Amino acid sequence: MITTKNLTKRYGEKLAVDDLTFTVKPGEVLGFLGANGAGKSTTMRMIAGFISPTAGEVTVCGHDVESEAVAAKACMGYLPEGAPSYGEMTVGEFLDFVADIRGLRGEQRSRRRAVVIERLELGPVIDQVIDTLSKGFRRRVGLSQALIHDPQVLILDEPTDGLDPNQKHEVRRLINELSKEKLVIVSTHILEEVHEVCTRAIIIANGRIVADETPSALEARSRYHHAVSLRFEKPDQLTAAIRDIAALPEVAAVESNERDLRLTAVPHPGARALPAVSAVIAKNGWEVPELHLESGRLDEVFRSLTQARSSGAARRPAEPPPGIGKEGASV
Amino acid sequence: MKAVWTIFRRELRSYFATPLAYVFIVIFLVLASVFTFQVGGLFERGQADLQPFFRWHPWLYLVLIPAISMRLWAEERNSGSIELLMTLPITLLQAVLGKFLAAWVFAGVALALTFPVWITVNYLGNPDNGAIVAAYVGSFLMAGGFLSIGMCMSAATRNQVIAFITAALVGLIFLLAGFPLVLDFVRAVLPQAVVDAVASLSFFTHFDAISKGVIDLRDLTYFAALIGFWLTATALVLDMKKAE
Repeated sequence: MITTKNLTKRYGEKLAVDDLTFTVKPGEVLGFLGANGAGKSTTMRMIAGFISPTAGEVTVCGHDVESEAVAAKACMGYLPEGAPSYGEMTVGEFLDFVADIRGLRGEQRSRRRAVVIERLELGPVIDQVIDTLSKGFRRRVGLSQALIHDPQVLILDEPTDGLDPNQKHEVRRLINELSKEKLVIVSTHILEEVHEVCTRAIIIANGRIVADETPSALEARSRYHHAVSLRFEKPDQLTAAIRDIAALPEVAAVESNERDLRLTAVPHPGARALPAVSAVIAKNGWEVPELHLESGRLDEVFRSLTQARSSGAARRPAEPPPGIGKEGASV
Repeated sequence: MKAVWTIFRRELRSYFATPLAYVFIVIFLVLASVFTFQVGGLFERGQADLQPFFRWHPWLYLVLIPAISMRLWAEERNSGSIELLMTLPITLLQAVLGKFLAAWVFAGVALALTFPVWITVNYLGNPDNGAIVAAYVGSFLMAGGFLSIGMCMSAATRNQVIAFITAALVGLIFLLAGFPLVLDFVRAVLPQAVVDAVASLSFFTHFDAISKGVIDLRDLTYFAALIGFWLTATALVLDMKKAE
């Protein structure tokens, strides 16, 4: 269980984290989202006890992170941003060091060591110096260090940053497995990750919480919630469809892309456009090889929440907003 | 205590994982010999003691100890591993102590490897071996003093060059305190009581007494207090600017 109360961090004049209050329960995987510099890492560092808050408090497993720092840190596993470690050590030496500091002994120590090595597939590099490892391995070494004492609480700051798609998938699978018995906080700016691993998402902008919901509820905020996307075979049919679908009473707007012959019918809030759109297609006998119902676009929600002022920019679909990885939400 | 020991072991091993340890030890031994035999004239004096050897230690340490201490925290800060270390379930003081003791023991190893000089004077004559042991103890304590200063300077920056220069500078001030150069400067701005206090802070005064074979409780207390002060300062500096 993690509780933060009015958590605030100020760097001189700049307010990095502004009055955050939230509670995370075991079994939850909280995704912490925000543009770069929104205060994600600062918040995670305060929870992990690396930096002290200017005001407010953090409690982890019932221990105050400031006044009972050692007890709070003992029940946490923390992967700092960039997965730093001691580069001149071998993977095995590094794990031994962390296990010793974490107070693991004897049989339990060798068992936990073997478990993390197996889970993160570190066996082949166990005697290699960390500095000589690839970025993906170094990230996994960082994760193994956070997991070695089987903590109740896991704080992972951008755990998949810099990994290739296969490794990303592995790490997400690992987080899903761990989430059964643990509380996990993951920060990320990759929106597809939210869907895959999180049960809850907090979006922060300028150090404040702007949304705290399940990923599905976030998607429902999107204007593309229940939108219908189609792809046509013939350009003249697309032209006709733009006209006919826009005329439907359920449809608020039609967005189209002539290059790849795609069309998206955005419904009025609360309305369902699919039955009417299907009827029009059937009536005109258009060839539609692809049709799908969208659940909402997280990148669009993210953009409208984090840059409320420039909401006009959110109108163009299929273009990831700045600050979000290339593999942003699927379209 | 267990945590201090774990950090101590990791640190000490990390010295020998890089060429730094060997380079340092070789340079220390070469310079110590040059000063002892060429500049100090150990043989020419015709006396069976190690005065020419120990006399140069403060100056050797002034330049070489910052080379050990500069990386202690600056490197952790630069690589980001400080974030890992500070979120492990240990106190700040345990981390500071573990790192300091490792550096101190390493300096001690370098110092101990000068033993052939000791053998040489014993071969050539009959020196006062008690006085030589005392001088070694004093030299080791002084190395700890320089190290604790350097550690605090290293805690304040992520740049190892800055850590080296500031450590050497503050070390120089502590070395020269008691010399007119520093005292005149202090006298110009501060009252006499402070001038006396500064004079009694000099490394030279305290090391000189011990290196002549006189182990005085006051000199031991001086080095213990000095190291304690700078280690506490290190912890405070780290606490203030951990994340920068």
